[in-house]
Amino acid sequence: MSKSLETILKDLPRHRDTLQPVREILLANAMMIGEIPAPTGSEEERITFLGNRFTEEGLQDISIDEAGNCMAVIPGSVGENNILICAHADTVFNDKVDHAMSVSHNSITGPGIGDNSLGLAAVVTLPQILKILNIQPTDNLILLGATRSLGRGDLGGIRFFLENCKKPIRSGVCVEGIRLGRLSYSSIGMLRGEIHLQVPSEYDWTRFGATNAVAILSSVVQNIMRIPLPAEPKTKIIFGSISAGTSFATQPTSARLRFEIRSEEVGMVSQLKRQIEDIVEETANATSVGLDFSVVAERKTGGLPYGHPMVKCIRKILSELQVDPYVEPSVGELSELIARDIPSVTIGLTRATNKNEFNETIEIQPAFDGLAQLVALLTAIDGGLCDE
Amino acid sequence: MSEQIEKWLETNTFHHGEFWDILKLVRLKEEQGIKISLCIPTLNEEKTIGKETVIFRSELMERYPLIDEFAVIDSGSKDKTLEVAASFGADTYSAKDILPEVGNRPGKGENLWKAIYQLKGDIIVYVDADIKNIHPRFVYGIVAPLLIKPTIQYCKAFYDRPITYSSGIRASGGGRVTEILIRPLFSLFFPELASLIQPLSGEFAVRRKVLEKIPFPIGYGVETAHILDVYQEWGLEAFGQCDLDQRIHRNQSTNALGKMSFGILQTFLNRLKRYGMVDKLPELSTLYRQFQAEGNRYDLLNKEIIEYERPPMTTIPAYCEKFGIQP
Repeated sequence: MSKSLETILKDLPRHRDTLQPVREILLANAMMIGEIPAPTGSEEERITFLGNRFTEEGLQDISIDEAGNCMAVIPGSVGENNILICAHADTVFNDKVDHAMSVSHNSITGPGIGDNSLGLAAVVTLPQILKILNIQPTDNLILLGATRSLGRGDLGGIRFFLENCKKPIRSGVCVEGIRLGRLSYSSIGMLRGEIHLQVPSEYDWTRFGATNAVAILSSVVQNIMRIPLPAEPKTKIIFGSISAGTSFATQPTSARLRFEIRSEEVGMVSQLKRQIEDIVEETANATSVGLDFSVVAERKTGGLPYGHPMVKCIRKILSELQVDPYVEPSVGELSELIARDIPSVTIGLTRATNKNEFNETIEIQPAFDGLAQLVALLTAIDGGLCDE
Repeated sequence: MSEQIEKWLETNTFHHGEFWDILKLVRLKEEQGIKISLCIPTLNEEKTIGKETVIFRSELMERYPLIDEFAVIDSGSKDKTLEVAASFGADTYSAKDILPEVGNRPGKGENLWKAIYQLKGDIIVYVDADIKNIHPRFVYGIVAPLLIKPTIQYCKAFYDRPITYSSGIRASGGGRVTEILIRPLFSLFFPELASLIQPLSGEFAVRRKVLEKIPFPIGYGVETAHILDVYQEWGLEAFGQCDLDQRIHRNQSTNALGKMSFGILQTFLNRLKRYGMVDKLPELSTLYRQFQAEGNRYDLLNKEIIEYERPPMTTIPAYCEKFGIQP
């Protein structure tokens, strides 16, 4: 399906309109996926749904691997190269949350509908989308629902897939439901850490300077906040959660801090990690409590240059769709692809509000711009327009 | 009779899991040369109708053409029910516009009845609009028994199977009105019908040749009337029932259930009159019938409940003697 970029751009409005008949199929897929709880590490049922859908579409090489990922292949007319289209299957919501979706004439509301039920639905619906647009790719398209992406999952699914995939991958496209215009082509340096504090049971509370777990952990937080951070390249430390204690007046004997370091500067995350290790060690020595710093997840900085043909291509596609690009580095599946030098981007499909809240809401109609964008990008990659 | 019911339970009770291969059902439908219509009766259901429409149209019309016609028949919603349903491709109708010459009466039964005139299918599937966890099984699960078994005329859905706990049977999934009104009434007057696990469920599929011959109460009594009338005319063999697992929907207040019970009781007593049973009551059964599920097998549990009556105390000589009452 080799086409010039001009032709691909010209096709965008037509594709957007032609795709309207798959609306119910796309939305039904998104809702049925969204109503299956899939907290990180418990994605089996959702993955089974994907596998069934792939089977119904008559795809090839459908398999669920040891990490729980589900993949399938849309065979290309030549099939020499492989393009990976992936979406993460897990959500931030536990299985006790009411996952029921509700639909109005222009939106869908429900936990995880945008992040990432819609992204998965787009991947699952891709065979029908290509059929209705009468597009036959030259390359094989590998569709992947990736597990264990978020939080402590630490991209376990995509990492396992890439480590074990026998097919060489030419390029990757990561699909997120939220938000249309999202463009990630670099991976931000990241470290997800946890500091756990345990006060020994024989601790002498009458000692001078002895306070309690909350106070000690607070002092760790304050010391971390004193670390100077550069404004450019962008660097930040996010304190994600802190937990300790059970009541008003009982001395807590343990406390836990979860945080994330992000930096666009090569080496900065490692430097900050060492500084935090020093703070933890110093506090432990000063207070005689057990302080344990563990790294939950890490990503390296990297990515495509601004002038890479794939980046240029997707910018032109977004411009043609009159969508402003929202460029942000990724800590998701993209970083694993980039770490293996596979040219890749992450794109979003539609506008949304209340991301990761129980009332996460996506708009229906902009998703057709999102799908047209996905098809255009795949066509461009397939036609060799995104190669360096 | 228990043997007959046990046999019926074995042959006419299904689980939706048996019918996961929708393509097979589509082929069966085509072989039989029949059309299937889906009707959703609505009144102010904008919150759930969109999802039902999207999922049924996508899965049962576009992906697998099991349903040939999909209509929403509305009783005069004040919200955007019809707008939302139409925006996702459902055929939408106001009940008052169908057969205007017979007038319009408010009630769900009116919509179900007018659907017979408006829709073309040889089988009509009715599904309530207030289901939160909607899934294609809510349709194919109750259509399939009619496709695989020609003797089944009327197939009901049931949910939340009654499960045996150490302390006895869990108050079963029949719902409150079923368990405290319908099951006792059926056990007394129509014991075979007590084998329907959820006779009041709003999801059922029926052959047109049956629907066109039975009257329709327009209010709360429509499901009860259907069951009694179909039973009178075609017998227990005409029924099928399918386990659709869980159904999440609005919970009604006790007050609302009281009104519903009143309507159902009116229908039930009217039927007793119509069948000439009021002054010729059958011998009242003392067996109360419940079920327990084990795997996909449903066992009938008969519990004998005899309401023994003591006479007035003044007929007991010892009492009269103690309190100085002349017998």
